[in-house]
Amino acid sequence: MAAEGDAGGMTGYIKHHLEHLKVSVGDSPFMTLNIDSIFFKLLLAGLFLFFFIRVARRATAGVPGKLQCAIEMMVEGVDGIVKDTFPAKTKFIAPLALTIFALVFLMNFMDMIPVDLLPATAHAAGIPYLRVVSTADLSTTVGMALCVFVLIQYYAIKHKGVGKFVGEFFTAPFHAHGVIGKIMVAPANLLLRLIEELVRPLSLSLRLFGNMYAGELIFILIACMTLGAGFASGITWVMAPLQWFAGFLWTVFHILVITLQAFIFMTLTIVYLSMAVQEH
Amino acid sequence: MSITVTLIVQGLAFLAVAWLVMRFGWPEIMAAIEARQKQIADGLAAADKGQKELGEATSRAETIVREARERAKLVEDQAARRANEAVEAAKRTAQAEGARIVIAAREEVATETGRAREQLRKDFGTMVVSGASRLLEREVDAKAHTQLIDKLADEIARG
Repeated sequence: MAAEGDAGGMTGYIKHHLEHLKVSVGDSPFMTLNIDSIFFKLLLAGLFLFFFIRVARRATAGVPGKLQCAIEMMVEGVDGIVKDTFPAKTKFIAPLALTIFALVFLMNFMDMIPVDLLPATAHAAGIPYLRVVSTADLSTTVGMALCVFVLIQYYAIKHKGVGKFVGEFFTAPFHAHGVIGKIMVAPANLLLRLIEELVRPLSLSLRLFGNMYAGELIFILIACMTLGAGFASGITWVMAPLQWFAGFLWTVFHILVITLQAFIFMTLTIVYLSMAVQEH
Repeated sequence: MSITVTLIVQGLAFLAVAWLVMRFGWPEIMAAIEARQKQIADGLAAADKGQKELGEATSRAETIVREARERAKLVEDQAARRANEAVEAAKRTAQAEGARIVIAAREEVATETGRAREQLRKDFGTMVVSGASRLLEREVDAKAHTQLIDKLADEIARG
């Protein structure tokens, strides 16, 4: 793989772009840290926290500033969705949902930065690989989805109690009367319930990852239109405007995608958590 | 694009951010929003109250003005009536005075007339007596003939 990547050309360019900046912390391939996605996630989280907490500290009930207005709109919007959907009183769900939306949106937004700008800059600084879109890293989306999965189980147990929580694995979605009937539907219930629970983090993480990975790949492909071209070649003068136009179109479309994906991740998290505390 | 141990770091970072948001940002912003909502609600209520009070004050002012106008009209009417009464009273007094003066004058005239007639009669009596005495060429004793003279004077006066 490395040999092919070093070979250059379009394949090499694409492969290079899809390679993470890695640090191995163990013997197996699993024990690898993707430094770039961790760095950009922490950077964006820090940026978000800085502005959010700064605004919160200075929040005034009087006439708010524009930044305070923007953050208040987000907070109120998320709070409204959670209050409409989540049946119990909660302190953590709404901040969690806002965090998901803000973090996913910001990480997705890194896709708006010209695809070669940061990697090329890093390359000049001696960093061989750099992927700036953390959500186009499956580890990031799976990490978040697993947290949501754990929270779903936690809230289900907290609101129903352990007995009811375990019992539901065998008594829903199929209901039966009588002891024999209940025993007969129990395996089917268990199977369906396990699939239902496991599909949630899978769909959450793969949906976001797929969208962002594909988006990034298309930016890379658009960038390939003038790969290695020189001003001497006549074809460059045709391809360059085309590339600019294609990049422009995809960026505009992608604004919609990144916002929508952040919103979907947040909304589904709220919905899953709401379903977890409801009785079957 | 394989899953690596990165996911643990990413998940923990995500949860930490969510906790920080809940702990250090959310309550302040919600408090500010709720305080502002309350302020706006209070302001609207105060505006409503002010408007209602303004309406009440306006109607009260109108009532006061109307009452004042009515009272002024009453006072005016009373004044006019009193003026009329005064004029009437003065007229009546003047008429009564006039009538009294006329009566007094008439009485005086009558008294004067009586007195003049009496005087005239006396003078005439005296004249008759003196004429008679001159005619009789002797002193008529006034005392002795008083009765006769008086009778004569009466007759003259009556005639």
